[in-house]
Amino acid sequence: MTGWFTARNIAIAALLAALLLLPVFAELAGNRFLLTLFTRIVILALAATSLNLILGYGGMMSFGHAAYLGIGGYAVGMLAHEEVLTGFVQWPVALAASALFALIIGALSLRTRGVYFIMITLAFAQMAYYIIAGLARYGGDDGLTIYKRSQFVAPIDLSNKVQFYYICLALLFGSIYLIWRLVNSRFGMVIQGVRSNDLRMRAIGFPTYRYKLVCFVIAGTICGLAGALLANHTDFVSPAMLYWTRSGDLIIMVVLGGMSSPFGPLIGAVALLVFEEMLPFMIKLLGTPLFGEAAVRGAEYWQIVLGPLLLLVVLFARGGIVGLLSKVRS
Amino acid sequence: MTLFIEQCLNGLQFGLLLFLLAAGLTLVFGIMDLVNLAHGSLYMIGAYFAATFAAWTGSFVLGAVLALFATLLVGMAVEVIAMRRLYGRDHLDHVLGTFGLILFFDELVRLIWGPEGMSLPLPSWLNASVQILPGVQYSAYRLSIIIVTLAVAAFLYVLVMRTRIGMLIRAGASNREMVGALGVNIKLLYTLVFGLGAALAGLAGLMQAPILTVQIGMGENILILAFVITVIGGIGSIRGALVAAIFVGFLDTLGRAFFPDLLRMMFTKEVAATAAPALSSMLIYLLMAIVLVVKPEGLFSAGQK
Repeated sequence: MTGWFTARNIAIAALLAALLLLPVFAELAGNRFLLTLFTRIVILALAATSLNLILGYGGMMSFGHAAYLGIGGYAVGMLAHEEVLTGFVQWPVALAASALFALIIGALSLRTRGVYFIMITLAFAQMAYYIIAGLARYGGDDGLTIYKRSQFVAPIDLSNKVQFYYICLALLFGSIYLIWRLVNSRFGMVIQGVRSNDLRMRAIGFPTYRYKLVCFVIAGTICGLAGALLANHTDFVSPAMLYWTRSGDLIIMVVLGGMSSPFGPLIGAVALLVFEEMLPFMIKLLGTPLFGEAAVRGAEYWQIVLGPLLLLVVLFARGGIVGLLSKVRS
Repeated sequence: MTLFIEQCLNGLQFGLLLFLLAAGLTLVFGIMDLVNLAHGSLYMIGAYFAATFAAWTGSFVLGAVLALFATLLVGMAVEVIAMRRLYGRDHLDHVLGTFGLILFFDELVRLIWGPEGMSLPLPSWLNASVQILPGVQYSAYRLSIIIVTLAVAAFLYVLVMRTRIGMLIRAGASNREMVGALGVNIKLLYTLVFGLGAALAGLAGLMQAPILTVQIGMGENILILAFVITVIGGIGSIRGALVAAIFVGFLDTLGRAFFPDLLRMMFTKEVAATAAPALSSMLIYLLMAIVLVVKPEGLFSAGQK
């Protein structure tokens, strides 16, 4: 330990303070979009955090994590459509449905390893995608509008944007704390041991399959919670929520921020989504003196920069942003 | 009965087309141990090249041949610039890096060809139907796809099993260091294999182009299918890819064509109408899940290395 004042810890503390104070800033600046953007970031960070539990700590490369996002979201959306508006039913159902789905696909997928595991989780997520896209009663391909957000008892009102933001933030911090406690418990040590060497863990007597399955279900359930939040945030659910590219986005967040680090996925989510918003402006700003009009036109095509950038992160910054920060000597 | 034969041929044609994609994936998978999500992008690029070159030259065949070589070159360039650095890395790195390439190619295509799709018109001699059985007409173009892909499959078999290059490819798959130590230029070999895979993907794309519209993102859906096939067939096995591709092609086409009727016989009309589209798109994934649960290494596993 080199003390608490490392570059990494200072950056994380600054980020957390900024997230806590964001609604105040948005109010002062009169920028409503900022609050909406960051609510979205916090929710997706929650999903990425849950993915980090299996991807970073457990070494299980799930390529179908967006499925839980969709299942949690659709649980809220469908119940709202059937006029069950109370959150005390909606949210437990969302969690239970995601947990059940995770249990089933985990039980089947965890029999395979490596590339096969990546592909089978992808296949199951695609199956969920097609099932949901085929539900004509709930909008099918077009998605489903949610007219009323989940109802809770008096002081809690999800339609209040600031309050909703803080609820999401509290759930995110709660989940990060939970996962941090979990991976440092005996259970977490077994999971991390399995990541390093499954065979050895089995040789010393741990039923690794069961441990992995429990870990997989926990991650799926937390992601289902993120789905329920996302449905309430956008007031709309659609099959696009669980398309495979969304699973790819979640993996990007985890790896960009830093795998197997408690705050990594949060940092990754903030970095990726803020970057997505900023990049068009940045290209315009930096490019105009050099290329003039072409830069303004080029700003539309910002993904052309994002793609190779991802490749560079993979090639040269293996630990993600947290890894880079850890290297900085204070 | 006519409909059934026609749908069977459609299934075979679609399956063989998928085989082209899956063969490239499985080659790259098996030999370089590389998960290449950007394979679908090469398929898309092949289609765009074909549409462009065919418009320039005014000839479908000439355009197709030019597009094939252009995709081969793009594939080799991608290998030299990006993929080469990913070998020997974690699979997660492959997934992420090539996902970045997808974003790049999609935007690049949008930049060059614009957001609206293109179409590739067929010459009149292909845009006809031929009589294959007494009383059964079938599209000449789809028939020619079947013939071309079968020829390519045979070519691949001969290339991999009967030539010196194929011997090196197979040797490289089982032990790359040893092949390198024996004085083979393994880097060049990998570039060639990747280029071959890219050309196969491009061929699939340019042959699919006249049937569907050429558009951005066309590679992404079919990529997942190709992955499903490589996994069902067993990673690294071309024979497995062929069997799985034909099977998946049949299942998908026949499922879409006849599954709704089948459901209607068993359940009420409403149930069938809601469940059929979802279930028929799910069939392939269900097949893959079953295969992986029963045989976690795929049907024709290339064997542990």
